[in-house]
Order: sequence, then C-alpha cells, then structure tokens
Amino acid sequence: MAQLLIRRILTSVVTLLLASFLVYFATSALPGDVAQQLLGQDATEEALAQMREDLGLEQSVWAGYAAWLGGILTGDLGTSLVSGEPVAGIIGGAFGNTLLIAVPAIVIGVALSLALGVAAAVRRGRGADTSISMISLAAMSIPEFVIATLLVLVFAIAMPVFPAVVLMGDDAGLGDLLPAVWLPVVTLVLVMAAYIIRAMRSSTIDTMATEYALTAELKGLRRRDVLLRHVVPTALLPVLPVIAINIAWLLGGVVVVETIFNYPGLGALMIDSVSTRDLPVLQAIAIVTATVYVSVNLVADLLAMLIDPRQRGTTRSRAAAPKEETA
Amino acid sequence: MSTQTAAPRQRRITAAGIGAAAVVVTILIALLSPWLTPYSAVATNADAALLGPTPAHWLGTDQYGRDVLTRTLEGGRYALLVAFLATSIAVTLGTLVGAVAAYADGWLDEAISRVLDAILSVPAVLALLLIVTVFGQGLWVIVLAVSIVYAPAVARVVRGAARPVVSSGYVAAARARGERALPIIGREILPNVLDTVLVEFAMRASWVVLLVSTLSFLGFGANPPTPDWGLMIQENRTALTVAPLGTVAPIVSLAVLVIGLNLAADGLAKRMGVDRAARAAA
Repeated sequence: MAQLLIRRILTSVVTLLLASFLVYFATSALPGDVAQQLLGQDATEEALAQMREDLGLEQSVWAGYAAWLGGILTGDLGTSLVSGEPVAGIIGGAFGNTLLIAVPAIVIGVALSLALGVAAAVRRGRGADTSISMISLAAMSIPEFVIATLLVLVFAIAMPVFPAVVLMGDDAGLGDLLPAVWLPVVTLVLVMAAYIIRAMRSSTIDTMATEYALTAELKGLRRRDVLLRHVVPTALLPVLPVIAINIAWLLGGVVVVETIFNYPGLGALMIDSVSTRDLPVLQAIAIVTATVYVSVNLVADLLAMLIDPRQRGTTRSRAAAPKEETA
Repeated sequence: MSTQTAAPRQRRITAAGIGAAAVVVTILIALLSPWLTPYSAVATNADAALLGPTPAHWLGTDQYGRDVLTRTLEGGRYALLVAFLATSIAVTLGTLVGAVAAYADGWLDEAISRVLDAILSVPAVLALLLIVTVFGQGLWVIVLAVSIVYAPAVARVVRGAARPVVSSGYVAAARARGERALPIIGREILPNVLDTVLVEFAMRASWVVLLVSTLSFLGFGANPPTPDWGLMIQENRTALTVAPLGTVAPIVSLAVLVIGLNLAADGLAKRMGVDRAARAAA
C-alpha cells in the first residue's frame, strides 16, 4: 500500500517535471529569436539584447531551464516583462480570484451532475432520462463563450438581477467581486456538468445490471438503499477520472468566462499576457495549471484507492485493475 | 403497386442520421458559400450598417454593413478546415503513438505515457495561447498546435483499446512467426482498433470545432475580416440589442454543426460497441 502510494506520487512529480520541461522548451528554446518575436520587427538592438538577458537566453538552453526550474522551486517565478513586478505576486492574486468562482462551480457542478446522472440512469428510457440526456448533449455542444454571452443577455440586460461584468477590473476587492461571481459560476457548472452526467449515467446503468445489485434488490432492500449503498459507490469509480479531467478543463474554460465577464482572475491574466506577449507570466500560469491538473488527478486516484480495495492491495491486484485509471 | 420490391424499404430516422445530415449540410454550405449569395463576405458598406432583416439582406447586416447571411454561410469554412486538418493529424499521430506504446509495454510504454500526461496537464486553451504567442496565428501554426494538443488524448484511448489486442493469440502467433514489430502493429493491431479510432475522429472533431471557435472568439484564431462564427459572435455581440441576428445566426450554425458531430459520434460509438460516455476521461 505505502509502496503503491509512493510510486503514484513519484509518477506525479515526474509528470510535472516533464510538463515544465515542455513548457520551457516550447517557448524559450525555439529556432529563431524569441526576443525578436516578443518585441516585434522594429525593436532596437539594445532592447533585443536586454530582452535576451532578461529571459536568460544568453546562456545555454539547459542552463536556462535549470535556473528557471530552480526559481520555481524556491518560489521565484521571475519578473513580468510588462510591469516589472514579481510574477509570483501577480499570479497569486489572480489565482485567488479564480478560486472564488472555480470552487463553488466545482462543488455545485459535481454534486448536481452526479445526482442527475443517477436520476437519468434510474429512469432509463423514460421522459426524465431523455430530457437530461438531451440537455447534456446541448451543453456539450455549445461553447462556453456562447453560454456566457447568452447569460449576459438574459440576466444583465433583460432581467438585471446580477451584475454582468466586473467594472473595477484589476483593482476590485472581495466586496466588489462577490456579487459578480454568480453568472461565471453558472456558466462553468453548465460547461462541466455534461460529461460527468453522461459518465455517471452509463456507469450507474452498468452497475445496476450487476449480480450483487440484483441480489441486494432481491434481498428486499428498498430501492433507495440499494442505490445509495450498493450501486452509487461502485458506479462512482470509473467517473472519478472524468470528474478530475473536468476540473482540470475548468481552468481552460475560466479563460473564456473571465474574459466575457471581465473577471480579474487567472484566465483574464492569461489573455492580457498573450496580448502583451509577457512570456514569464504565461510560463508561470502554465506551471500553476499543470500543477493543479496533476494534483487533481492524484487526488482522484487516491480517492479511487480509498473506495476500491482492489486498487490498493498487492502488486498482483494492481496489475488486474484497469491501467487507464492511473495513467 | 403490383410488385413488392417497388415499395421502398422502411428506414428509421435515427439521431445519428440527423447528426450526420447536419454535418454534411454544413460542409456543403461551406464549400458552396461563395455562390449562394450575391454579396461579398468582407466588403464593407457604411451606408448599410446594422440593418434589420430586409428582402435584400435576409439576416440584416453587421456594424460594417456586411451581409450577415453571407458571413454566416461562409463562417464555417475556417473552423471546418482547421478541424478537418487538425483532427486528421491528431488522430493519425495519436493512433500510431498509442499502438506503439501498447505493443512496446515496459519502459517505452511508461516513458510515452508520462510524456502524454505531461502534455495533457497543460489546458488546451492555454497551450494554444502559448504556441500562438510565440509562433503567431497562421493557419498551419494553429492546425499543428491543435494537433499536438489533442494527439495525446487520442494516444491514451488507442493505447487502452490496443492492450487487449496485444495480448491476443494472433499477435502472439505473429511474434512466433518471427514478424517484426512494425508489421505486427500495422497488420494485426491497427485494423483491430479501427472502430475506436473512427469514434475518436468524430468526437475530437467536435471538440476541435469548439476550440477553434473559442480561439477565434478570443481574437487569436481567424484574422478579421475573415468570416468565422467565433469571430462573428465576438464582433457582433456588442450590437446584440440592436441587431441580434448578427450574433444569433453564427451561434445557431455552430450549435447545429457541433450537435450534429456529437450525435454522429454517439451513433458511431453505439454501432461500434464503444462506450463513449466513459471515454470523456481521456
């Protein structure tokens, strides 16, 4: 068990190291002059030299990567090319704001989708199932920028209950942000719900068809108890990775949602940094989101081990467990 | 009605059929769009800005006086082209890598899996924005960027589907005959994961269309004045209350295409016996 845990955590660390390597090399070690790309064609020779020094491009790629990685590990994410401030501070503030919409969206989204998935499975083939399936198909097919635009139209313009956008921009305090989190949260919930609902529905249907679920029912247990005690815990297992992936996707969806609602989080920072070509900030955001992704997947796997005894036993039973869930 | 054979065989209209039809119609419209309306999609006309629906302009005009119907009909071209190219490259690349990983097993499999995980750990939109920041937003940059972002997910799914094939008797037989790795992968493994690959193609295509439209909406995809649905929604949403059709028409077109792709993918998955709902994890 302990060995398995350590192995799983080491895997996450290796994945993160590889991700940092890819991010750095994809953006700094390109053929051609990154400084020229960032500053444009009419940059002066001095500005280019300065930029190369700032980005650490004078040294070899490997030395540059080592210095960059060392900085990350000691909490130094570099300096913004635009504001000259430390990247860590800029990202910390924006990440906090993003959590303010992401955490409620995850909690509501996961709870709601699991409930809807089970509900659809229980009423398989009937009206409720069909409507839940059709709504999730639509939610899957309509991009978040459309959902967000429509929500702005309906709520902020036609029925002004919620503020549509944050007017304060970067200087907004918690008091200014709280009333503005609702529409972004609703958008994110809609975006993440579809896949979880579908996965939970299909997994619950499969589990209800197993012999032990049938046994429990034949034993005379109430339908509700069969579902909650025997079916749902097992059905949850294959859905855990789907939830993990959707939480990770949420960080991508945040880009669009924050742009539309002018919400000063990590996603809006990302777009600003692309427009101003602020490479150190972008690299840092990539590392932060990669860390979130890897951690969320790790937590999902640990949860799976907790629920499913087969996944924590000896090496032999690990080989028997589906590899895809840990990969 | 003298002969029975003259009666047409009853064919049920399925959701997958409707989906496939929606996709085919969208592609046909995109191909034929230059000949469908008398207007240019890019020429501006300040005298006819933000018109409502008229006999001359069925869906009205946008803020630059461009015909919304013309731009909507042509608006799928960019996303469809990028989606077709990027999905083809991503699925081909992902299938090969996944099949090799499944066949190799051992350290190579482990190494490939770790690299795939590392690429997947950076959200697609962010990865694309990073690539666009450094390389610019040319068509091929975006096609290749989208392919690189989606290939690992395909590879993981194909690896999962190919593993049972690798441990099957006929692969063992091929090995015993002394066949080399590449012919085995090409002749024994790939044909047996074809169903998975086809479902992947339909599914990824719908995601890529959404991703490309999102990129255009954010201003990092199609360049103005190119007619593109994502870009149109971005340009016209400020005039949503004055000329709503400029925003609604591209939204409906995009939704029809993606719902069509999803229905087709669902139908394909069902026919091939692949559980698509569980697939969303990869």
